[in-house]
Amino acid sequence: MRWFFLLMAALVLAAPARALTPAQARALATGEVESRIAALNAVLPTADDAAVALIQAMADDAVKFTDSVVIVMKDGKGFDPVSGAAVAVPEAAEDVINNNEMRSELDAALASIKLFSPDAKVRAEAIKTLAGEPSESKLPLIEKAYAAEAVPAIKDAIGHVRAAMLLGSADKAKRLDAAKSLGDSGTPATKTLLLERMKAETDPEVRAAIGVALGAIEGRLAWGERLGVIFTGISLGSILLLVALGLAITYGLMGVINMAHGELMMIGAYATYVIQNLFRAYWPGGFDYYVLLAVPASFGAAALVGAVLERSVIRWLYGRPLETLLATWGISLVLQQAVRSIFGAQNVPVENPAWLSGGVAAMSNLTLPYNRLAIIAFAVLVLAGVSALIARTRLGLFVRCVTQNRKMAACMGVNTARIDTYAFALGSGIAGLAGCALSQVGNVGPDLGQGYIVDSFMVVVLGGVGQLAGTVYAALGLGVLNKLLEGWQGAVLAKIMVLVFIVIFIQKRPQGIFAMKGRSAEA
Amino acid sequence: MNPSRRLAAQSLTAVALGLAALGYSSVALAADTIKVGVLHSLSGTMAISETVLKDTVLMAIDEINAKGGLLGKKLEPVVVDPASNWPLFAEKAKQLIGQDKVVVTFGCWTSVSRKSVLPVYEELNSLLFYPVQYEGEELSKNVFYTGAAPNQQAIPAVEYLMSKAGGGAKRWVLLGTDYVYPRTTNKILRAFLHSKGVKDEDIDEKYTPFGHSDYQTIVADIKKFAAGGKTAVVSTINGDSNVPFYKELGNAGLKAKDVPVVAFSVGEEELRGVDTKPLVGHLAAWNYFQSIKAPANTEFIKKWSDYAKAKGIAGHKDKALTNDPMEATYIGINMWAQAVKKAGSTDTDKVIAAMAGQTFPAPSGITSTMDAKNHHLHKSVFIGEIKADGQFNVVWKTPGPVKAQPWSPYIPENKGKKDEPDLVAKK
Repeated sequence: MRWFFLLMAALVLAAPARALTPAQARALATGEVESRIAALNAVLPTADDAAVALIQAMADDAVKFTDSVVIVMKDGKGFDPVSGAAVAVPEAAEDVINNNEMRSELDAALASIKLFSPDAKVRAEAIKTLAGEPSESKLPLIEKAYAAEAVPAIKDAIGHVRAAMLLGSADKAKRLDAAKSLGDSGTPATKTLLLERMKAETDPEVRAAIGVALGAIEGRLAWGERLGVIFTGISLGSILLLVALGLAITYGLMGVINMAHGELMMIGAYATYVIQNLFRAYWPGGFDYYVLLAVPASFGAAALVGAVLERSVIRWLYGRPLETLLATWGISLVLQQAVRSIFGAQNVPVENPAWLSGGVAAMSNLTLPYNRLAIIAFAVLVLAGVSALIARTRLGLFVRCVTQNRKMAACMGVNTARIDTYAFALGSGIAGLAGCALSQVGNVGPDLGQGYIVDSFMVVVLGGVGQLAGTVYAALGLGVLNKLLEGWQGAVLAKIMVLVFIVIFIQKRPQGIFAMKGRSAEA
Repeated sequence: MNPSRRLAAQSLTAVALGLAALGYSSVALAADTIKVGVLHSLSGTMAISETVLKDTVLMAIDEINAKGGLLGKKLEPVVVDPASNWPLFAEKAKQLIGQDKVVVTFGCWTSVSRKSVLPVYEELNSLLFYPVQYEGEELSKNVFYTGAAPNQQAIPAVEYLMSKAGGGAKRWVLLGTDYVYPRTTNKILRAFLHSKGVKDEDIDEKYTPFGHSDYQTIVADIKKFAAGGKTAVVSTINGDSNVPFYKELGNAGLKAKDVPVVAFSVGEEELRGVDTKPLVGHLAAWNYFQSIKAPANTEFIKKWSDYAKAKGIAGHKDKALTNDPMEATYIGINMWAQAVKKAGSTDTDKVIAAMAGQTFPAPSGITSTMDAKNHHLHKSVFIGEIKADGQFNVVWKTPGPVKAQPWSPYIPENKGKKDEPDLVAKK
């Protein structure tokens, strides 16, 4: 399909297409970057489809060369760039290497061809690429595209790129027009351009116009920044919420100081890794959906380990917090070493599926990454699930009554031992879910849990032990606070300030944001 | 047998065994082997990086022995494990020199471990070969630094980014983990940038705690900063924090061609456990890449992969990777062997004298030269772009080898410091 567009684009191009010559292909693919760029700009106005195909192949890093020939690689086979005939690939053929400068030239060249694509989406993409680096050599092309464009949004975008190119024009009127028109574009790239022009500009009238445009752009960018801080805060908060939610059950409701909580997250993350590998090995076509299976798998794996822990160790230590702390800390070391022995000491790679990579550009300077958005949504879902489970189901009722008054619950015929196991497994499973989420943003390694154990206790204690709502407020509050401070003072100081804040807060209000009320508080 | 008697009996046996061992070694081995110490962490946090360096030394020793050894004697490696524990490095070094009578040691990775053993080597007048890039600001008669000094890695990388081919960066984000190596390197870089006319408002220095994983704010800041002009990021982020950083960059839509990131501690081995897709196009500066095309390198990689297969080295037996510190280790031990041959002795002072001006065909394709005076190698600097397979495309290199400046001229306090160690060891 893409080839078709490119072909069309090449046909629409102004100058009559001239056939690519072997000499041109060589000049494009080999030699110094400078000369290759010169060759590229020479070929571009008259590019035929063979030339376009070669440029595309170079941008895809699929071209090889030897001393005598240039070969386009496709599906492991070699093709001649001029005739398109299949050719044998010699042993000595080397890959054509593009550095960042060459790559941006290639992208710009492709974009300027795609600008004439009949598909509006392709054109919109193309103009975005060109907006990055306006060079005057492409001005005639842009003028032509501007005149031909029918879709208003794209016409505007092309207009901005055209203005950006005209900003350096020798004609004062053109510069003035350009500055005025750029005022309503509002991208950081435009700001860069205007700032640079401002330094070089001598004409007071144009300077004033640039000043006005800059003011307008900065106003718009400031909003993007503010929203960005809030979004990153919420995103951090959602991660804190996920890592603390399991602990809110095992520590908050059951009172178990579970130092192995982080390791349960790690198990969830490794479960995700295993599922990813299984998909890659047995169903590569469905790779993008491995996360959907990894979610229940990580829950199951961590819940299972949690249940075994409860039955074998923690059960015998209820009511002895110090021993619980030491025992679970020991367990955390055992779990880490077990994972090291099975998977090796190094981090394992967990790849984002395609739909979790990249982001949506909400504003010109505010991109919301898909994986962060997904984690926020996931945290909301898990929270909803847990609170429904605790508040509305029979199991939740039993958990609440056992934690509030164990003896009375037992008298009423509740199997308290089993409820303990279920509750602990539930908390562990949620930790596993957190691990699955973390695998999408960070590293998966044996000591993954270590980095989050302090954070999760912090959130639960700050929110008020035994309170799900408190955990939610504390997680979001800490997330936003941390990000506000980080923007102001840097990551290192922000972390310290947050800790100091918590110390002071807990001293003034030991029960946390939300205190337990009623008789259960004294139990 | 009561406990104390049993203890006594045990210790007696131990002493007897020890004596026997001593007697044996002095009779059978000391006469016809030269002992070589290997001081790399084989457990603890640094084991991941340092274990392969131990194997590289052993491989080189095997090779030298296969050619008949040195001075008619075979080399005998003495491997100890300082377990990523900095004070233990000094103890193990003492043990190597005092007890095992090694004539040279190959070892250390972190700067703090080197600082810890330095007094031992100076006091006992023994030799240490240190194979890792470091922050400079040190020069000892007893140490040969086969890794890069800042002017052999950091400064050329910044010069490249300033050039047209590198993108012509005007503004700089110096981003690092909060400890001594990044802070010293950034101090040097800031002074260097000043000398190139870059103003303070165009430099943004940022640090994160160890193990930092949420780079959203930092990436947003870089994006904002980059709006003020063509920006490049110089990253001294250490270890696995690099992954969330690069992932965040990719997701925020900052491409390598817009805001290139050059890293000083990301190499082939570090990329092994990483999803490299979001990293493609970003840069690293080293004095060696596995992808360098040179006969010496082809040979080096083949030797290493054969050795890894024969010895069953985990990871490397399936996918043999070589990296810069391995190359530096390999050059170091071979130069030492040449110096011993030239001196006709393993005596520390004679070997130090013979080391001056030694050359060796380095795997990086150049002829590596030991400086006549300053104990550092002359090294070519390569800039590589990360490829999807975890290897590097070399996009730029220095025209020839660069002489090391352990005392960076960009730090004012270094003015007047001699570019060679004092010949009399500090006592």
